[in-house]
Amino acid sequence: MKIDKTQELLNLASELRWQVGEGFHDTLIEGIYADAADIAQKVEIKQGSVPKFSFERQLDQILTSKRFGFPIMILVLSIILWLTIQGANYPSGLLSTLFLEIIYPFLKSLSSQVGLPWWMDGFLLDGVYLALGWVISVMLPPMAIFFPLFTLLEDFGYLPRVAFNLDSAFKRSGAHGKQALTMSMGWGCNAAGVIATRIIDSPRERLIAIITNNFSLCNGRWPTQILIATIFIGALVPDHFSTLLSTLAVILVALLGVGFTFLSSWMLSRTVLKGEVSTFALELPPYRPPRIWSTLYTSLIDRTLIVLWRAMVFAAPAGAVIWLISNIPIGDQSMANQTIDWMDGFGLFFGLNGVILLAYMVAIPANEIVIPTILMLTVAHLDLLGVGVGDGVMFELDSAAQTGEILRAGGWTLLTGINLMLFSLLHNPCSTTIFTIYQETKSWKWTTIASVMPIVFGFIVTFIVAQLWGLFA
Amino acid sequence: MTELKACDSCALNNTAQLQKLGINVDNTDFVVALAGNPNTGKSTVFNALTGLKQHTGNWPGKTVTRAEGGYSYENKKIKLIDLPGTYSLLSTSQDEEIARNFILFGKPDVTIIVVDAARIERNLNLVLQILEITDRAVLCLNLMDESKRHGIDIDDRTLSKELGIPVVKCSAIKKEGIPELLKTIHQVATREIICQPHRISGLSTSAQKMVEELEARVKQHYPALPNSRWIAMRLLDGDQHIIDALKNGEFETAISL
Repeated sequence: MKIDKTQELLNLASELRWQVGEGFHDTLIEGIYADAADIAQKVEIKQGSVPKFSFERQLDQILTSKRFGFPIMILVLSIILWLTIQGANYPSGLLSTLFLEIIYPFLKSLSSQVGLPWWMDGFLLDGVYLALGWVISVMLPPMAIFFPLFTLLEDFGYLPRVAFNLDSAFKRSGAHGKQALTMSMGWGCNAAGVIATRIIDSPRERLIAIITNNFSLCNGRWPTQILIATIFIGALVPDHFSTLLSTLAVILVALLGVGFTFLSSWMLSRTVLKGEVSTFALELPPYRPPRIWSTLYTSLIDRTLIVLWRAMVFAAPAGAVIWLISNIPIGDQSMANQTIDWMDGFGLFFGLNGVILLAYMVAIPANEIVIPTILMLTVAHLDLLGVGVGDGVMFELDSAAQTGEILRAGGWTLLTGINLMLFSLLHNPCSTTIFTIYQETKSWKWTTIASVMPIVFGFIVTFIVAQLWGLFA
Repeated sequence: MTELKACDSCALNNTAQLQKLGINVDNTDFVVALAGNPNTGKSTVFNALTGLKQHTGNWPGKTVTRAEGGYSYENKKIKLIDLPGTYSLLSTSQDEEIARNFILFGKPDVTIIVVDAARIERNLNLVLQILEITDRAVLCLNLMDESKRHGIDIDDRTLSKELGIPVVKCSAIKKEGIPELLKTIHQVATREIICQPHRISGLSTSAQKMVEELEARVKQHYPALPNSRWIAMRLLDGDQHIIDALKNGEFETAISL
């Protein structure tokens, strides 16, 4: 009986809808607007002749102008990265001294006093503890500088202007203009960027935004980019130019990511995700002076600590796995060494190596631990005595220069550095992001495409670079 | 029929609905929703009321999911739900649907609508849509400091009269107006203040007639539904989500038939 009543109601509705015609939606909207205008006119009291938002208009004209919009964007990003690279060095050294030169030997001596068996000592201290110490000393300083700066920019109201500048480019590649916002969100965290795509109403454009979000360098990858750029690219020029050159290199990679976002959006919208581009109104919110202290507080609590916690949660078991695969032998070699040797030829083909490929497999849970894993595997593989502590031990090196020495001893060249930066940009999303993509799309097909497409790009690009390098160098 | 009506106002019924929406209402006396356009400082109001430090960003789409928090006032425990900021409730994007479904099916005891005082006209579009769905709302005129800097003041008494709901002037960033807001929320929740919300009147006569005809029918079928007029308008607009909700009986559970 209930069903009948509902059906009857719906029948009446569709009958009336027939009479009222297509225009009802517009009538309704117009009605709402008319009422709103009427009320607003009654209640708004304008005082004096204060020029309304004139300063903001002028600022918007500059920040979103055709000529200056893009250069300003790149300049702002450069300043933030430069401050991060420059500022992170010192606290990083301090933290590593604390965790690895003071606490680590203390724990080691404690464990020998208690008489822990060698495997437990190795597993816990050389695996889990060192992985954690590494992640904290490498991740915390750049994050504690990068996030608050980025958040200040967000609070000021700059991001919607970025979206405005990028809007036409997104439209031309067949995607939604709001994707500029989700892309910027991805610069913090891809999983967050994927969730943020909920602001896009068309399912087609939302899928494009989800699939391409991985091309935004996330906070797990910024430190990798910064470190490798400092070691291999900054070292090409005299000291006082090296920060500048490393910054430029990182920006280039980030912009390449933006380029790939456009390219893949364009490819998707021309093939599997064809359709009309929808229009939307983007409000440029008023500029607001950011409240420095509360921003520092919230970005520290909300972002830095949460991201750090996530990195630690993943680093601990990864450290254990690394220790295990470096210490469990197959035949006359450890599992890690076997795999590295086996993949080395394949890796070199792409200007990478077996260590990097294995590190990316171990580090699927979190991009943050790629560099520690690479270093540890390199040392274990080379049996570099005197550096590091032993098989499967993640260790800390005081400066980028020393890290560079290890990597060079492992056969790394400028090409390996460049291709690692490229591969770090173009590879599968971390497992959290993959899971989030599935959650948002509820489709294995799109999750697979989103995971596999970047890595295909990665192999193509590194291959081309390696081959060109071979031709010219 | 009278029994059914009694059930509608009973606390248990609403609780079941809220739980279905994923909200734990244990030890909660009132559920309050926070709605508004993006960039009106909704999250700042949320933080000011709850004392939490949820990050607030100056760009549309910062809050795409719901955030929850709680506070107590005059021995009543209140659960506060921060809804995604939206410009309307008429499109089909997911953030708008989250906001709409919550006000429609979650039936919060009070909905706080946060508006930017300097952009009142644009913000009123959403206010009017929300007032079609719920009749228990408080308007929070936020960003008063910024608005005054731009030489705009708002006649809050007239606004309150026009909208039929209480209006509180705030500057949430400076914690100004928050005590008054807390008190007004309490008064609306306890029915000390009864709202008589404005209904959209700018429709053409013929459209108005059809809305009335359909509304009468909706009322006949769902007498306990507080927003029959809005349902009628959505049906006339051919809103597939509302049609589906009627078909699979979501409204019936919402009003506990």
